Amino acid sequence: MSGLSDLYQEILLEHNNKPRNFRKVDDASATVEGYNPLCGDQITLYLKVVDDTVEDVGFQGVGCAISRASASMMTQSIKGRSLDDAQVIFDAFHGMITHPNEEPDYDTLGDLETLAGVNEYPTRIKCAILPWHTMRSAISGDGDTVTTE
Amino acid sequence: MSSGFDAERVRADFPVLQQQVNGRPLVYLDNGATSQKPQAVIDELVRYYSTENANVHRGVHTLSQNATEDYEGARAKVKRLLNAADDHEVVFTRGTTDSLNIVAQSFGKQTLEAGDEVIVSNMEHHSNIVPWQMLREEKGVVLRVVPIDESGELLMDEYERMLSPRTKLVSITHVSNALGTILPVEQIIGMAHAHGIPVMLDGAQAVPHMAVDVQALDCDFYVFSGHKLFGPTGIGVLYGKAELLESMPPVQGGGDMIKSVTFERTIYNDLPYKFEAGTPNIAGAIGLGAAIDYVQSVGYQSFAAYEDELLEYGTKALETIEGLRIIGTAPRKAGILSFVMENVHPHDIGTILDAEGVAVRTGHHCAQPVMQRFQIPATVRASMAMYNTKEDIDALVRAIDRVIEVFS
Repeated sequence: MSGLSDLYQEILLEHNNKPRNFRKVDDASATVEGYNPLCGDQITLYLKVVDDTVEDVGFQGVGCAISRASASMMTQSIKGRSLDDAQVIFDAFHGMITHPNEEPDYDTLGDLETLAGVNEYPTRIKCAILPWHTMRSAISGDGDTVTTE
Repeated sequence: MSSGFDAERVRADFPVLQQQVNGRPLVYLDNGATSQKPQAVIDELVRYYSTENANVHRGVHTLSQNATEDYEGARAKVKRLLNAADDHEVVFTRGTTDSLNIVAQSFGKQTLEAGDEVIVSNMEHHSNIVPWQMLREEKGVVLRVVPIDESGELLMDEYERMLSPRTKLVSITHVSNALGTILPVEQIIGMAHAHGIPVMLDGAQAVPHMAVDVQALDCDFYVFSGHKLFGPTGIGVLYGKAELLESMPPVQGGGDMIKSVTFERTIYNDLPYKFEAGTPNIAGAIGLGAAIDYVQSVGYQSFAAYEDELLEYGTKALETIEGLRIIGTAPRKAGILSFVMENVHPHDIGTILDAEGVAVRTGHHCAQPVMQRFQIPATVRASMAMYNTKEDIDALVRAIDRVIEVFS
């Protein structure tokens, strides 16, 4: 059962119950949809970028606790940061989730480390990663709808 | 239980059920996705490949003759299972999806013109929606959808109103895979036939639970998958009335589906071979035959009554859980308990249930229009078979308690 409590840590459940930045950003410079066709998770990410800095970020949508908490923590981690920083954080998170045998970049990840337990659940990795791919699409400016398939 | 059915004895025939998953005895409640296989089916596949493997309908040698005999023997078993009038009304396919697509691409393409209508229900599997949409793209066929009520029952008045001279086919599920609703198929067929409209039933979720008699039903097409009926994957059945199948063009060309071929002209083979181009899934068909033997040796009558009791037991047990809502509460249901919980997404429930050894399906069950109807993104679906027990339901309830604990 240690696996389960590693996955559903208190901080994750807390973000699920009270997601941060769970709102539309009216003056967003980029709005991107993310969709996981396998399970129906859906996210709309709003990003307001001024002078290469994430001035504001918000999200809406439906999804499981893992995708919701991951989205909430992602918005916290990139708000106020430069686009280059956002890319570095993306890389660190992506590495942690998809390469469980490599040492994660703890300095960059901070609280995001809470989501590391997901890598033991291959069917749930897509839930955690969807908001991140959506964010990267938004900062790279291609703005296409992101799917995890 | 009062039906006197010995589920434990049946359970002992299924080797996969005798294992632990995540340190707990496996509680397999994902039978709507696929059923487990009894030893008799596994043995038959081993026997076929070990002693008899050869191509059918071709060789004069002994193995080929034996393989042909067993392959055609399996067809006869399907004929008896469905009480079809003749063996050649049974076409072997890859599964329900394949069968539905064959009817769409053959009967549909030949018979339907722009503006003609196909009636489906709001609770179809995607496999009984998309083939018709493909035909819509191609030919301008119109798809009509019979709505359902809050319990998951078909609105029969609406259905009756939709039947018109433009209707060329009613293609509808026998049992809903997402809700468990048993549709009033006798009535559906009777009303369609009163207008001279043929009816296809998707029996994928029906044949594992109830005896089907296509002649008594008078249905025109009946389709199902072997793997949901305790048989192998990759084998399924398209039953069609002989005169309908005779009138339909083949969908695939190749070996076995022809009588003679010259570069000028090909004469198609008789039924059912016209629809079985290429080397068929011989082992799959023979394995399905063994599964049918097994199901009939257990006896639909005894396990259907038992499954009804189990469903009632499960429904009552889930109803007592606070914050849980059963999706699909029609009075006549088979084998399926779909539900959602307040503030917990089905995928989180599925992961926690799995950690407790309980296998269920979570998601939209390839029936997104049902989810849209109930305005939910997904459900948890516990789907039962004859080898499930009250103890399995109790384990499910305990695992749900664990979900509540984690998310409290």
